[in-house]
Order: sequence, then C-alpha cells, then structure tokens
Amino acid sequence: MIDTFPPFLIFFIGAAILPLIPQGNLRSAISLIFPVISAWLIWTMPEGLHLSMAFVGLDITLLRVDKLATIFGLIFSLAAFLSLLYAWHVRDTVQQVAALLYAGSAIGAVFAGDLITLFFFWEGTAIASVFLIWARGTEGAYHTGMRYLIMQIASGVILIAGAALYFRTTGNVEFTSMSDLFAAGDIGTILIFFAFGIKCAFPLLHNWLQDSYPAATITGTVILSSFTTKLAVYSLARGFPGTEILIYIGAVMTLFPIFYAVIENDLRRVLAYSLNNQLGFMVVGVGIGTELALNGTAAHAFAHILYKSLLFMSVGAVLFRTGTAKGSELGGLYKTMPLTMIFCVVGAASISAFPLFSGFISKSLILSAAAHDHYYVIWAILLFASAGVFHHSGIKIPYFVFFAHDSGLRPKEAPWNMLLAMGLTAFLCIAIGAYPAPLYSLLPYDVDYVPYTTTHVITQLQLLFFSALAFTVLMRTGIYPPELKSINLDTDWTYRKAGPSVIHWFSWVIGSFYTWLTKLMSKTTERTIKRLYRSHGPEGQMARSWPTGAMVLSIAVLLGATLFINFLV
Amino acid sequence: MAAEETHHVAKTFMDHLPVLQVVIPLFAAPIIVFIGKRSLAWPIAFAASAAAFVISCILLIQVLDGGFISYHVGGWAPPLGIEYRIDAANALVLALISGIGTVVLPYAYESVKAEIPKKNHTLFYACFMLCFTGLLGMVATGDAFNVFVFLEISSLSTYVLVAQGANHNKRALTAAYDYLIMGTIGATFFIIGLAMLYMATGTLNMADLADRIADEGTNRTIRAAFAFIVVGMGLKVAIYPLHHWLPNAYTFAPSAVSVFLAATATKAAIYVLLRFMFSVFNPSFVFEEWTLYIVFIPFSLLAMFAASFVAVFQTNIKRMLAYSSIAQIGYMLLGIAMLNATGLSATLVHLVNHGVTKAALFMGVGAMMLYSGSAFFNNLNGLGRKMPLTGAAMVASGLSLIGVPGTAGFISKWVLVQAAFENGWWIIAIAIMLSSLLAVIYVWRMFEVLYLTAPDPQSTAKEAPLAMLVPMWVLAIACIWFGFDTELTLGSARVAADGLLAGSAGMAH
Repeated sequence: MIDTFPPFLIFFIGAAILPLIPQGNLRSAISLIFPVISAWLIWTMPEGLHLSMAFVGLDITLLRVDKLATIFGLIFSLAAFLSLLYAWHVRDTVQQVAALLYAGSAIGAVFAGDLITLFFFWEGTAIASVFLIWARGTEGAYHTGMRYLIMQIASGVILIAGAALYFRTTGNVEFTSMSDLFAAGDIGTILIFFAFGIKCAFPLLHNWLQDSYPAATITGTVILSSFTTKLAVYSLARGFPGTEILIYIGAVMTLFPIFYAVIENDLRRVLAYSLNNQLGFMVVGVGIGTELALNGTAAHAFAHILYKSLLFMSVGAVLFRTGTAKGSELGGLYKTMPLTMIFCVVGAASISAFPLFSGFISKSLILSAAAHDHYYVIWAILLFASAGVFHHSGIKIPYFVFFAHDSGLRPKEAPWNMLLAMGLTAFLCIAIGAYPAPLYSLLPYDVDYVPYTTTHVITQLQLLFFSALAFTVLMRTGIYPPELKSINLDTDWTYRKAGPSVIHWFSWVIGSFYTWLTKLMSKTTERTIKRLYRSHGPEGQMARSWPTGAMVLSIAVLLGATLFINFLV
Repeated sequence: MAAEETHHVAKTFMDHLPVLQVVIPLFAAPIIVFIGKRSLAWPIAFAASAAAFVISCILLIQVLDGGFISYHVGGWAPPLGIEYRIDAANALVLALISGIGTVVLPYAYESVKAEIPKKNHTLFYACFMLCFTGLLGMVATGDAFNVFVFLEISSLSTYVLVAQGANHNKRALTAAYDYLIMGTIGATFFIIGLAMLYMATGTLNMADLADRIADEGTNRTIRAAFAFIVVGMGLKVAIYPLHHWLPNAYTFAPSAVSVFLAATATKAAIYVLLRFMFSVFNPSFVFEEWTLYIVFIPFSLLAMFAASFVAVFQTNIKRMLAYSSIAQIGYMLLGIAMLNATGLSATLVHLVNHGVTKAALFMGVGAMMLYSGSAFFNNLNGLGRKMPLTGAAMVASGLSLIGVPGTAGFISKWVLVQAAFENGWWIIAIAIMLSSLLAVIYVWRMFEVLYLTAPDPQSTAKEAPLAMLVPMWVLAIACIWFGFDTELTLGSARVAADGLLAGSAGMAH
C-alpha cells in the first residue's frame, strides 16, 4: 500500500494540517517536508496502473506510473520544494495552502490515468493557483485573477466536454495517445486538444499568461511559472505525440513572443513572454514525436522549470528589495546585490543555452530531433528563436537590472532564504548542464545522444557571441532603441535580412489589431450586459412580478398552444 | 413481492407500509390541533415525519430490484378500490420528500420561533404536516383522482404556509394569493383532464387507464385530456411561462417553508407529470412526442437561460435562488423531453440532487436572515466570515448548484449531457454547459457577498444555532456524498427510468 500512496495526497494532507501549525519559521520548515516525501514516493513507486476504480460507471485510474509521468512528477516536487524555500519568509496562510494544493493538483494530474481524474486535477490547479494572484490584494490583481480563472476554468470545461465525446466514440476515458483520432478529425479529441492548448498558451490563446504571471505576488509568480504550462506540455506529450500541427504551432510560439519581449519594460512580463517562447520548443518536440524529440521535450521541461524559476526568483528578489521590476527604473544593482546578480546570470546563461548550462543539453535534443527528421525550416526558426531568447532573457534582464545606467538604488542583498533557493537552483542548472547523464537516465526513452560535440558547441557559441557582440556594439554606440536593433541583427545573422521596419510594422499591426479587438469586445460585452440588465435585471420585464391576470393569461396561451399541437398532428 | 399475493387481506405490519407513510402524518395534523399544546406540536410533527422517512426507505429498498408493491386501501381491489402503488420511481421521490421533511423540522424549530408569532405555532406545524401528507399522497397513490385530492391537500396548506411570512413582510400575502389563484387554475385544469379521461375510458385507476388507452388508441378526448393534465400539472412544476407564482412564493415564505417547498413541491409535481406522460399515456403517441418537442424543449431552454440571467441580476438572494430553481426545472424537463432512459434518469437524479442542494442553500440563507433581517445581498455582506460553518455549508451546496465535479450537481448534469449525446443533440448539450456557466456567475456573486465584502460593523451576527447547523450540514454533506457515491441516487433513478419507459407495460398488474 505504502509504495502506491498517491503523492498528490501528501500535498493535500499538508494543505490541511499547515494552517494548524502556528505561523512562523516552524510552519515554513514543515511545508518543505511535503515535496520531499512526494519526491521520495514518486521515486519508489513501481511502474504500472494503481488505484483503479469505477466512478459513475467509468473506469478510472488515479495513479498511472511510467517514465514520462515520473520525470514530470519529480521536477514538480523539486520545483515545489524550491519555491516553498524561496517563500520561507511569507506569512500568509492563503498563499501557503494554495501553493501546496496547486503543486499537489499538478502532480495528481501528471499521474492521472484517465481523462476524468485529469479533469479533476486540471480544475484543481486552476482554482488553487488563482489565490496566488489574488493574494497580492490589489484591485488590478483581483481583476487579473478573475480573467485568469475564467480562462483556466474554460479550459477545464472544454476538457470535460471533450472527454464526454471521447467516451462516446471509444467507450472508455483512458488518457493515452489520441493522435490517430485527432488526425481523423474526431471532435472530442479536437476539444481536448483545444483545452490543452489554452493551458499551454498556444498563440492567440496565450494572453492569460502574460496577463497574470506578472500580477501575482513575488513568490506566487515563481510558483505559477513552474506548473500550469508544463502540465499542459506533459498532457500534450501524453495525448498528442507526433501530431504534426503542433510543430507549426510550436514554431510560431517560439517566434512571436520575442517581438513583445523586446519592447516590454516590466521585466517579469518579459520573462512571461520568454516562458511562452520556451514552451514553443517543447511543443515542437511533442509535434515531432520521435523518441529523441519526446526525450527533448521532457528534458527541456525539466531544465526549463529550473532556470525559469531561477530567473523569476532573481527578478522577484529585486522587486522584493526595490519595489519595482521595471527595466527603465533599475540598473547598477550589482554593487549591492552581487549574489543575486550571479544567480541571475546563471539563469540567463541556462535559458540562452550556453554550453555547460542546463538549457544547452536539453534544447539541443529538440533541435537535433528537428534536423534529424528533416524539418530544416523549423530547425532554422528554432535557431533564430534561440538567438531571440538570448537577447531578451539572457542579456536584457541581467543587463538592465544589474548593470546599464546606475539607477542610484542601493538595496540590501536578498534575504537568506531567497539566496539559498536561488543558489540551489543555480547549482542544479550548472550541474545538469555539466553532467547531463543523470537527467538523461530519467528520460522516457533510452538516450543515445552526446550533446558536447565540437560542431555543436561551436555553432552554439557562434550564435551566442554574435548576438552578444551585436548587443554590445549597439549599446556602446548608443544607437536606440537598443532592443529592437539587436534583434534585427540576430535576424540578419540567422536569416538574411529583415528590416527593422518590418518588425516595427508587424508589431504595430498586431498590436493595433489586438487593441481594436479588445476594445470592440469589451464594448460589445458592456452593451450586451446593459441590454441584459434592462430585460433581466430586478426591474426588467423578465423579473417583474406579473399581475395575477397576466399570469392567468399565460396559462391560457400555453394550454391553447398545447391543444393546437395535439389536435394538429 | 409478497405484498402482491397477500394484498386482499394484508396481514402483517410490513404490508401496510405504503399507506401508513401517508396516514401517519395525515393523522398527526389533527392530533396536533386537538392537543393544542405548543410544546407538543413540534415533537409530534417530527415523530410523524421521521416515521414516514423510515417507511419510505424500507419501501425503496424493497422495490430497487425493479418490482412494485400494490396496496389496496380497505381491501377493495382496483379498479374499484383505491390502489397505492410503489415502484422505484415514486419510492425515490417519497424518500426525498420524507427525508427533506425530517431534516427541515429540526431547522424549523429555531426558524419558526424567530419568524412566526407564537400563537400560530401549533397551526403552523399542523399545516406543515398536511402539506407533507399531500405531497407524499400524490406521489404514492396509483389512483388518478386520488392524485387530485392529495394535490389539493398539499396546495391549500402550502398557501397558508406561504402566507405565514406576512409577519415578516406583508408581500407574503399577495404572493400566497397569486399562488392560490394559479394553483387553483392548475388543479382545475388537472381535474378537467381527469374528467375527460374518465369520459373516454370509464376508469380512474392509473394502471387501468393505461391499459384502456393502449387498447383504444388516441382520440380527441384523450388528446385534450393530455393537454389539460400537462398544463395543469405543469403549473405546479413551474414550467417556464407558468412560473410566475414561484419567485414571490419562495421569497416571502418563512425560511423553513422556502426550504421545504423548494426541495419537494415542484419535485412531486414533476413525478406526477412523469407518471402521466409515461405510464398512463404512451410516450409513443405522436401527439405526446410533438408536445415534448414543440412545448417542452423550447421552454426548458428558455428557462435555463432567461431565468439564469434574471438570477444573475437579482439583489435578493432568496429570489435569486428561486429563479435558479426555475432554470434547474428546465434541466429536468429537458431530460424528460429526450425520451430515452438516460434522459429520464437524469431528470430523476437531478430531482433528488437539486432538492438536496436547494434545501441546503435556503437553509443557509434562513440562518443568516436570523441576524440580517432580510435576504438582500447588501444586508448579507461578509456574513460568511462571521458565520463560518453556515458559510461553508453554503459554499459546498453552491458548488453543487453549479455542478462542480465531486458534487451531486455534477452527476445529474453529466448524465443529462450524456443523454443529449445519445440523441445526437449537440446544440442542446452545449446549451446545458453554457447555462451552467451562468450558474457560476450567480453562485459566485453569493460567495463574493459572503466572503469578499466587509461585514457591517454594527452586525451582531454569530454562528447559527446548532439545531439549524446540523440539518444544513446533513444536506451539504449529502451534496458532496451523492457526488461520489451514486449507487443510491443514480442506481434507483436508472431502475425507475427503465420502469417508466416500459410505458403501460410498466403498470401491468
């Protein structure tokens, strides 16, 4: 029994007992125990199906253990541990409980063996996580949280609708690969795909992500960045491996956030965009669907959770100390926050896939898989996107925060718990990058891949150094706006030449179309609600108490109609 | 089915159960009045309803295998004598009514003390018992005219019960008056329909009616009878355009009465509707199918959306719940109109689940009204925090009203959507989900008022008395319980649906 104790239950038990412990260091320390137990449980669980039962006449499986689920379960436990350590100083019961429930739901979803169980945890992640946004307590955060919740719940509703249809077609609700049915145009699987797509922030379904992550609390953002989207990637890898359309969706995902990320000033939002872009790599991996590509997706998710948390942690630490995360207001912080700076640079190097850092050994799996299956255009897009990532996450974030012009701010170094959490994460980033074998052994399929070949390292370094050179030259010569120009150079280097105006025009068109659309939508919604209020509001025609005579008339009319129908047919 | 062989001379106590559960509360009412002591009124009422509940549970267990019990009142064999006929469909509804009655009474003890003048207490409990008897009787009986008698018993006492709210708000009187007019017209239509059936067939026993209608086929009289019965009973069900009596009656009635009516009155009427549509008339009649498609489906869709929108904008929580009931009745009628076994089980299971859910919500509101004095949202600000247990029960049952998975409400909607798919009615399935989203909005508004607004600093609210909390939590836990263990609710609903769909054959002797 003990070896099949469901790991999500550990978190739920934790969420139940945590409020009983007095607020303080003891409670923070105890909260760290649950992810450790969960990781141990996941590590020791035997593969196979456990805890199968019947529910409303459906066969459901609470625990389906295989290598794909295990690696995601492990990284989720690890991320929960690091985020809780980072949040040691938080003294807010709601956030603590929400974080545990959120992590527990995400892990529960990963081990779900059927769509119904998946749905339960799917909604669990949505409901638990919104409290991390609301915990900020501002009016804006409340509305953002509402928008976030609506999107997440909508995704769940679509998922259960899809599951119902899937059940009608196949007669079971097992959560396995649905690629064939999807290719055949089955509406149920299309809905499920769509539900996954919302959570995975597919292009045009992505807005909730950039909207909500920067709005959460400092620690909340770190927690949010780990679970929801990676759960979606896992679900895609489980349900739709080898679905070709995912390759193109993923490619678009790697590209379009770059344009937004370079012009964005709020650094947490920049990170949210680059999160979106990194998801694109994983989605491409799922779309290619070969063993190498799926390995790449799992490895990249693993590495990505770590370095993305690290980046959010370092920007969060700065926000914690200075009260702002705006690039234009920061600068020169390396003088007083040197450790945070180093950790941030490690995160930046990892996301930029510098050799010896974690991003390098995971991203190259996906790139190689694309090249191996002759998706050269996709391969080139991914390469370009890598350069873009390096620009906006690898250089822009550390540069504007810790160097650039001196903002005059002299904050204290981050608190010890943040430093410890960042230090551990940074260590893992380097450890995985330098010695990938343990991570490779966790991957769903056997790995026969050597990341450190000469060509590989040199190509990557070339890409990175030319980007860096371009950035430096432009900053030195004071050509503005540096962000835009350096990206153009990247483009020149990877492709041939894309004029700055194209990018400008592109972002302007998309931007104004988007503004127009949102305005139109909010106007229409407002008008509809007003009209509805007029008819259905307390004083409206529909809600008014009718005079007795009118009530009686309605009976007569209905009786007449029924009689008429009965006599007619 | 031992009862079937021995019905002429029912020998044992067990054989008398079908009639006992109606007779015990029926006699409890005059006993309460004759004794006339306020302190004894409540214990007698409670004992009677608890006895009825135990009996209905025993009956439900006996008929779960798909059989039925036929009891002949006074030993007179039908079609001449009155027959009580218990099968899975009405045993389930009987269990709901008597269960809710038993749970409401402890709640009523405190709530009635606070809302109704002392001199009326004895009569209140007597009326309550009559209403309870009427509802049980109209469900238990197998005689069409008997249905009318019990319908009137329950209706007349309901008017009195609703009017008791006048102590609190005088509009209870107009609400009761409107209900009286509407209810009387409904009952009149029903009896006109019965008279036409009698004219066409010469019998009033339901099983006998079913046989003769099946032999005779359709004619104009039978068609007219069908229309009158459906519209007459539809009025008690509060089918969409006939619902205007409901919001005021629920809003202005005393809390305990709102709880009881919302959970049982419309449900008993839906059962009678089902019994007539499926067992007495044959669902394979073309005119019945057309009535379902042309009248029921559009109006239930209208109810699901229009009433939900009205609920979204309400400023009074009781009224909001009342409109939500109208919308939920839309779901049940939709299940009937699907004309398949899954749809009917959805109707029956939603009937139980929604009864439990709504009762818990009305109980929560009633408990809060003890301190707030009114059910307007702005008087309830922040009360969820001041009354944590009451608030939590309302959250649990509110989630069930939405149909969140893991609650009873989800099970019924899930089955209903499945039924829509069985018929290939995609659009209807989507409509069900969309209107559930509206429920999210209005239930959310309730949560927001209870938890996210600052409480009135002058409010003296504290946790509700135990006698109210326990019933409320029994129902709130039932909302969750029936979301996981569907053996009892869905299981008996499936058996009942199969019995009903067998049509006249299901009524065979």
